[in-house]
Amino acid sequence: MANNHKEIVFGLYNDEEDLIRAVKEAKTAHLDIYDVFTPFPIHGLDPVLGLEESRLHIAGFIYGALGTLTAFLGMTWIFTKDWPNVFGGKPYWSVPAFIPITFELTVLFAAIGMTVTFYIINGLGPGVVNQHLDDRITDDKFCLAFDKGSVSEDKAVSLLKQTGAVEINHKTL
Amino acid sequence: MSAVVSPIRRPLITGNKTYHQITEDLISPTEKAPTRAWTIGLIISVAVLSYGVFCILWTIYVGIGSWNLNRTVNWGWDITNFVWWIGIGHAGTLISAILLLFRQKWRTGVNRAAEAMTIFAVMCAGLFPLIHMGRIWLAMFILPYPNTRGPLWPNFNSPLLWDVFAISTYLTVSLLFWYTGLVPDFATVRDRAKGMRRKIYNFLSFGWTGSAKHWQRWESLSLVLAGLSTPLVLSVHTIVSFDFATSVIPGWHTTIFPPYFVAGAVFSGFAMVLTLMIITRKLLKLEDYITVEHIESMNKVILVTGTIVGVAYLTELFIAWYSGYVYEQFAFFNRALGPYWWSYFGMMFCNVISPQLFWKKSWRRNITLTFLMSIFINIGMWFERFVIIATTLARDYLPSSWSLYSPSWVEIGIYIGTFGLFFTCYLIFTRVAPVVAVAEVKSVLKTGGNQYVGENATHKHHHEHH
Repeated sequence: MANNHKEIVFGLYNDEEDLIRAVKEAKTAHLDIYDVFTPFPIHGLDPVLGLEESRLHIAGFIYGALGTLTAFLGMTWIFTKDWPNVFGGKPYWSVPAFIPITFELTVLFAAIGMTVTFYIINGLGPGVVNQHLDDRITDDKFCLAFDKGSVSEDKAVSLLKQTGAVEINHKTL
Repeated sequence: MSAVVSPIRRPLITGNKTYHQITEDLISPTEKAPTRAWTIGLIISVAVLSYGVFCILWTIYVGIGSWNLNRTVNWGWDITNFVWWIGIGHAGTLISAILLLFRQKWRTGVNRAAEAMTIFAVMCAGLFPLIHMGRIWLAMFILPYPNTRGPLWPNFNSPLLWDVFAISTYLTVSLLFWYTGLVPDFATVRDRAKGMRRKIYNFLSFGWTGSAKHWQRWESLSLVLAGLSTPLVLSVHTIVSFDFATSVIPGWHTTIFPPYFVAGAVFSGFAMVLTLMIITRKLLKLEDYITVEHIESMNKVILVTGTIVGVAYLTELFIAWYSGYVYEQFAFFNRALGPYWWSYFGMMFCNVISPQLFWKKSWRRNITLTFLMSIFINIGMWFERFVIIATTLARDYLPSSWSLYSPSWVEIGIYIGTFGLFFTCYLIFTRVAPVVAVAEVKSVLKTGGNQYVGENATHKHHHEHH
């Protein structure tokens, strides 16, 4: 694991608009950004950072479809093969009556599946300890971080200074 | 999500807050020692809850015979309370999901507490059908799983089973939605804490860092969960109404029930949100976050849904007359002028007439009036369910089997006990989690338009920058 240690240099900004300007400048200067940390979601940051749109909703659709099939095929098998019964003179395979449960399980599977996927791909979960750069990032500071392994420290520091970072710090993750 | 914003839009948060001030205001209630009011509230709630638990144990020990239900009125306070609590549990998801889809940014001030309220209300609601089974230790029979009893499966054609699926799905999805919103805020609490407290909140925050990619996925997840919850919340009360509408009891067998129940649920849910929010904002000094604007917006929803409910009541009356069906006509005649006439008029007065006061803007913005109104609506909506359930059953087809019903001390005790459960959970929630969504509120801090120059303008000095 020793090889995985990263030497990080990061700047803290007081305002999200300063951060977005800094990210733009870093992109113009072709500096490889390690990550950006903010106290809340910043709209307009993703395109500047060049983040692709999340595909989480596609996963959600697949989980939902799985729920639809589980519910509908499950009830179909139970009421036509495993336990055929006549309820109120209706056919064994009474599709309209299956709709509510099919809908509920679609929603249930999609919601649970997506949420679990969200935590797994983000590396988050109960008991996970992720080292973070500064305690104030979840309060009021906006952080732009560079990995000294891929960006020269001098360049990174000068960019951070130039773009108005109020603090520049180093940390090993 | 950057929407087109009017240049003269007012800011959503008052008091010229900075990001740090927001953190201070919203997190510090979880860090201080509890106030005396909180402690007294908790003691009362736990005492009431204990009495409720005693009554539930009494019911399980003695049997359903300890209730005053009879062969004619076989659903009484139990199902009335169930539907009432489920209705209250609709506002949280409505605020957080439907208002998210409609880009109503003011929801950030109230969504966290409203969602918490939803979860606690659904827990209270779920208790009633479970106890009503009589043999609660066989409750797992309602779940479909391969078993050694035959094969024996539940009846998937039954609205009662649909209800099991709807309510358990609703509780699960609401919990996931709520907790996912809490994760970044727990991280904020964690980063201000030391020692053991830091460890606990690190566990609760799932190791959140605030990385841009995580936020992007977090927003994507929130949006899809909102999209899923919106039809879900409508389906839940629709299915609850099917419990009645698919039967052949006059007064229940009505196609208007699903939309009428959903409107009523939103109506009662918003009333309960207002009851709680008015107390919470006062005690935790959150007047800058839950503003009079919020109260006015919610009062508008109350006015609309209350009026929809009123139209539904009148439509029911008209259709009963127009149907030419004597049993249906009698059912409604009996509701208004039968032995339970007082609950019908209570319902009409509290739900239809009193909210009409909110056509006047200054009354919508009056906090005392809003608080009183919210209590009225809570009572009125309880009457509505009692009217639909007990009044209708008491006078069915055969006069020889007519009956009357009033609750036993056990039924009253269980109902009061659910208030204990609800408030115990809510009070604990206000101590361990920020009652206003910190990260979400920060993201709407700057929504004031750049030409807005009134109180709390956020862009006053904008030209001084670049």
